[in-house]
Amino acid sequence: MSKIINITIDDQNVEAFEGETVLEAALRNGFEIPNLCHNKRVSHTAACRLCIVNIEGRPGGIPSCTTPVVEGMKVSAFTPELEKIRRTIIDLALSNHKDDCISCTKDGDCELQDLAFRYNLGEKERRFPPIWEELHKTSDFSNHVLDYDASKCIQCNRCIKACGEIQGKGILTFVNRGIRTSIGTGYEEWKDSKCDGCGECAQICPVGAITVKPVYSQMKRIRAKDIQRVVQTTCPYCGVGCQLNIATRKSFHNTNEGRETILQVEGADAEPNRGSTCVKGRFGLDFVSRPDRLQMPMIRKDGKLVEVGWPEAILFTARRLGEIRETHGSEAIAGLSSARCTNEDNYVFQKFMRAVIGTPNIDHCARLCHASTVAGLATTLGSGAMTNSIEELERAEVILVTGSNTTETHPVISTFIKRAVIKNKAKLIVVDPREIDLCRYATLWLRQRNGTDIAWLNGMFNAILENGWENKEFIAKHTENFEATREVMKKYDPQTVENLTGIPAEQLIQAAKLYATAKTASIIYAMGITQHAHGTDNVKAVSNLALVTGQIGRESTGVNPLRGQNNVQGACDMGCLPNAFPGYQSVTDPAINARFAKAWKHPRLPAKVGYTVTEIMNAAHEGKLKALYIMGENPMISDPDLNHVKESIKHLDFLIVQDIFLTETAQMADVVLPATSFAEKTGTYTNTERRVLPLRKVLDAPGEARDDWQIIQSLAQAFGHSCRYDSTDDIMREINLLVPQYAGITPERLAAGETLQWPCPNAQHPGTKFLHKDGNFTRGKGLFSAVDHMPAKEQPDKEYPFVLNTGRILYHYHTASMTRRTQSLPMYVNEAYMEMCKEDCDALGVKNGEKVRVSSRRGTIDIAVRQTDIIRAGSVFIPFHFAEAAANYLTSSVVDPIAKIPELKVCAVKIEKI
Amino acid sequence: MLINNPEQLSALTLDLKKKADKAAKIQILVSMGTCGIAAGATPVFEAFKKEVSRRGNNDMKVLSVGCVGLCHSEPTVEILNVETGKSTIFGNVKPDQAAAILDGKGEQIKKSWYFPEDEKNPGDCLQARIVLRNSGRIDPESIDDYFLRGGYQAMAKVLTSMKPAEVVDMVTVSGLRGRGGGGFPTGKKWSIAAAQTSEEKYLICNADEGDPGAFMDRAVMEGDPHALLEAMVIAGYAIGARHGIIYVRAEYPLAVKRLQLAMDQAREYGLIGKNIFASGFDFDLNIKYGAGAFVCGEETALIRSISGMRGMPIYKPPFPAIAGLWAKPTIVNNVETFANIPAIIRKGAAWFKTIGTAGSPGTKVFSITGKVNKVGLIEVPMGTTLRNIIFGLGEGIRNGRKFKAVQTGGPSGGCIAEKSLDTPIDYDTLKALGSMMGSGGMIVMDEDDCMVDVAKFFVQFTMDESCGKCTPCRVGGRQMFGLLQKITSGDGTLEDLDTIKDLAHAVKTASLCGLGMTAPNPVLATMACFPEEYRAHIVDRKCPAGKCTNLISYVIDPEKCTGCTLCARKCPVGCISGKVKEKHVIDQNKCIHCGACYEACRFSAISKQ
Repeated sequence: MSKIINITIDDQNVEAFEGETVLEAALRNGFEIPNLCHNKRVSHTAACRLCIVNIEGRPGGIPSCTTPVVEGMKVSAFTPELEKIRRTIIDLALSNHKDDCISCTKDGDCELQDLAFRYNLGEKERRFPPIWEELHKTSDFSNHVLDYDASKCIQCNRCIKACGEIQGKGILTFVNRGIRTSIGTGYEEWKDSKCDGCGECAQICPVGAITVKPVYSQMKRIRAKDIQRVVQTTCPYCGVGCQLNIATRKSFHNTNEGRETILQVEGADAEPNRGSTCVKGRFGLDFVSRPDRLQMPMIRKDGKLVEVGWPEAILFTARRLGEIRETHGSEAIAGLSSARCTNEDNYVFQKFMRAVIGTPNIDHCARLCHASTVAGLATTLGSGAMTNSIEELERAEVILVTGSNTTETHPVISTFIKRAVIKNKAKLIVVDPREIDLCRYATLWLRQRNGTDIAWLNGMFNAILENGWENKEFIAKHTENFEATREVMKKYDPQTVENLTGIPAEQLIQAAKLYATAKTASIIYAMGITQHAHGTDNVKAVSNLALVTGQIGRESTGVNPLRGQNNVQGACDMGCLPNAFPGYQSVTDPAINARFAKAWKHPRLPAKVGYTVTEIMNAAHEGKLKALYIMGENPMISDPDLNHVKESIKHLDFLIVQDIFLTETAQMADVVLPATSFAEKTGTYTNTERRVLPLRKVLDAPGEARDDWQIIQSLAQAFGHSCRYDSTDDIMREINLLVPQYAGITPERLAAGETLQWPCPNAQHPGTKFLHKDGNFTRGKGLFSAVDHMPAKEQPDKEYPFVLNTGRILYHYHTASMTRRTQSLPMYVNEAYMEMCKEDCDALGVKNGEKVRVSSRRGTIDIAVRQTDIIRAGSVFIPFHFAEAAANYLTSSVVDPIAKIPELKVCAVKIEKI
Repeated sequence: MLINNPEQLSALTLDLKKKADKAAKIQILVSMGTCGIAAGATPVFEAFKKEVSRRGNNDMKVLSVGCVGLCHSEPTVEILNVETGKSTIFGNVKPDQAAAILDGKGEQIKKSWYFPEDEKNPGDCLQARIVLRNSGRIDPESIDDYFLRGGYQAMAKVLTSMKPAEVVDMVTVSGLRGRGGGGFPTGKKWSIAAAQTSEEKYLICNADEGDPGAFMDRAVMEGDPHALLEAMVIAGYAIGARHGIIYVRAEYPLAVKRLQLAMDQAREYGLIGKNIFASGFDFDLNIKYGAGAFVCGEETALIRSISGMRGMPIYKPPFPAIAGLWAKPTIVNNVETFANIPAIIRKGAAWFKTIGTAGSPGTKVFSITGKVNKVGLIEVPMGTTLRNIIFGLGEGIRNGRKFKAVQTGGPSGGCIAEKSLDTPIDYDTLKALGSMMGSGGMIVMDEDDCMVDVAKFFVQFTMDESCGKCTPCRVGGRQMFGLLQKITSGDGTLEDLDTIKDLAHAVKTASLCGLGMTAPNPVLATMACFPEEYRAHIVDRKCPAGKCTNLISYVIDPEKCTGCTLCARKCPVGCISGKVKEKHVIDQNKCIHCGACYEACRFSAISKQ
């Protein structure tokens, strides 16, 4: 607790905390000094001048919002003179503010309106004529999701600071001066700027100047009082797990059977996002109410999918699966669970596949993103998850980001990184072949050649040893296999590494020094490290770096793989992996197997390691696999080498797809089962920092869509299994019993609002903020790995001269089945494109926007070129979201031998003008 | 060539003196500041060069020099006999007068008030030149000329024989106060920065001279740029800054050019750069352009502007002397303040204190403009009376009109009426009169000036220049302007006067920076000095000065009208009727008060009422 400072306000003794401002102390103690520019989420501004007070011994009016308390300070806050000045200032502000309360969306929730009431400044009490019309000219309604009505702007600076200080973007600024001062971007129109529509500005605006466009509702004007219910729940998009406040109301016309619809979405002031969210979270949830949501089960009859009732669908599905098991054995059946579904759904799914069907073949798309992390970090540290919490990043002294375009893929995490740099003067090192947004914030940007990560990571290791920057004590006490690793590292001297990677030796050494000598240092990585044929080794090389410097096991210090999807961490935790029961407990360990068999009241569970995602497709192709049950995945876009995937799926005898939309994959199914979306169900998601977050029901399910776990339970029952859960809480209680990491994350604690980070071994445990505390690794000692550089499996050659890299962009999510069904996100990007540098464009004679034909050894797509300078010559980048030009027709399904993750980040393509 | 020690500097200066003695005896100094050039000094300069070369007279040399301050007579040419020190100044010189002037014929300027005939015995000379001592006397593009006037000697003394603390002490003792307007003791400011232990410190010269009608700093930069550089090195040494920045408005291209040239020259001699005078002290500087924002004269706004941010003031503390540019200790001084430093070092603090008043030692440069006969740039000791400035140096009011008021302190200041003209002016007396020193603009007004209109003019200026941050300044300025506009249009009420007072109080009390805090001053001062004029506008709907067009009517005196029809032809709205050689009449309902008829009438038949 901070030191108490005694001050007086209007002769009353007040206890303030050291470091507090007079205004903060006053507000906390019930002195409601008026203010407009003050907001606890941003720095002090002192622009509205309403909070001025008199302080004994200091001349004039002193803004209380910028004045720290001092022992014995005597403050006068409400003298008649000060109140008169405040009234004049509010009067002035009102004269420059369009009096539009009758149709203003902020009516009743407007800080200026509140002050007008408090100071009794109705129209006839005001002394100054309205002058807002001059300002109105600078209004800007061009943004896809936001509006700026300058005639209501009070120039309080909060939006500018929200954009600059919270989001770290600095897009909004003041333009013009004097009475014409308004908010702008420096561009002709807002939409021309780099604004990505996160809406932080609208959320912080005290009046109705910056507002969100009504993307959710038929109601074009929504006031606070129109909201009937606000539910705090977890965002369904990326692995950050933002807590959102979703506001709803029923239709005025009592249509839609009295169902509610979403009115608007805001970031909730809770971990991990602390009030922020991104454009997808705020504006991209309207897909849940799309009319093309699946509402009835469908069965393929005479080649066509036909709607049927649930009993028929369940019976048919169970019968077909039974037949296939009968004929081909249980191993001819596989299941793909979903990183988009809840922990409870995933738990029940794998239990169904293992206990009811009796197959070991269960996997999900984590295989395509962080399988190498799970394999690599489990080997070297004992746990394949982010070691630290998101919020710790803000205080790290050095942050090394590699293979993660964090701004686009984990927007809110990027704000923590940007704040670390802007506010706390952290040094950011970015290692990425593309000049990603974070490079603007970086002290060092190392640009490696695609697929040479082990080389530079080993190079840093080498430089650290050469210069004596290693943590000898840590190595001796907490690690093993150092000597053997050191031998291998010897050959990675900076010059050799420069030749391999293209990173100048001097920069590499600088980076090594910064990272190794920092007090706190975090590594952040993602697909750029993992999606390689040597992905597991990449991960081990990352882990080496943390071990040799001892930069792990402390606050703000560790190795942090950013998990991509909302519940990819949880789906792995829940054992939707071919080698592990829930909690990463090996299926091949007889004792564990017996334990699960007993718990699940099943005589025998498969004890072998099943197929991975890519192996499932291969097995289907070869005819070994006959039936596939896909829950909430869309491999027809997300998996590598789509032509191969398509062929494989066609070879299946029976395909079940359970989803919320008729995806590209669902269109090929024999049975389609309609599931509820995130907004319609309960359960939990585990975000990238191991935090188990609750999903609360916002809306009723459309049609006859059912929760995934309920559908699976019906199937299990059709098989005669006694599976019976009454709620997701029931499932969580079973998880508490069987998954040691989740033992203490009980439904009761979740209901009480606790969001706990695993491991949480018992009901009293507070959860684990960061792993491997004090060098006590989950596996005992940290294991060094003597990994060697290996070139990517497919190198560019004469025929296929370009290196293709794939990835995500901010405005779309994975196979875009949700994002392309929103109103606002396609306004930003709704077409596939390929990034190419000017040099290559010129050489090929193509202009920005022209279509080209891109081919690899596996497939061909036609795609528009986007000329950009963020990518280097000889390489191209395609976001993989778009079905009509899916990058995965081109990618290779060469996999990492250990993790079986495909090499999605590197393949060779040729490009022809069409 | 590098100058490594004071001895080398002295030797070089001596050498230059010897050469100068052998050179031309007669110097022809053409005043070529921006003002002179604008008035046509360039062809004059060329004409003199041509004439001198035509005559083949090796005794004569034509020099381009900075501004001497005789704005009323630009272009000016001074003929200086180097041996006798005798000189004559000619004003309003045309190129074709070159030959005549060389023969001693032309419009001579009464010199004694401006320049002492004898520097040791000023006689009736009202000026005392410290800041402007070299301006108009040396070629600003020649470092040699500066050496000849004792240039860089002060710096040599400081770097080789004084400790930084001694320099700060000397400036403190001298009593020099900031000439940018605030009047904060310079030595005290320096001592705060000097006490900071930071490795990095910055020294900034505020050359963003923005007051309307103020051009003191420009004259120094254009006329004596090396003096500024020398002073900055000294200040840098005193506070422990190794980096200086001159923040100069982009509207001063000639000043920038000459400063840049001076920097290049100084760098060549090693007078700025690494290890100056082998003292181990490094100091270098660069120029940063301002983009014409008045508020960037405020130091925190200026610092933000240098940092690449929008120039908006931020709250203090921390003061820049503790955390300024890049959050390092930073001293911001204005050009004129710096220009005093070399003289203080050379001649001592005690000497400096003999000039001026006890509370405000030294001199002050003023630009007098407005209705005086002789507008110009002058430097007078603190404590000179306004009467001496306006009626002495300014030679009284133009066209024999009556003096009404003088505005000092620019838009942040206030007006001073007749009754206070004999007050000796310095920082404190001006403040007591309800005005302020400001940067030194002085606008003289006569009986034709309407004080409400004057207040409106300044309020409009600060309204336009408000950075827009604080509500009271941003909106209050605009509403204040609206109220004055209402009054000058004849729509004002007595209640408006109360509103103005309340508004002024709120703006002054609640604004963050000096711009807002002083913006109501011109209104408050005019209301205090000339309450009857406000009442006349409101109660009688009259503008006593005949300035506010809405409140005056033009009337044709039938006695004087000859029926020449000129006024009717000039009237843009056709509201004057009358036949040739008959009396004309103005239709008051249609008249837009433009004054075209008044200007046109050759028989003084039209009057303002």
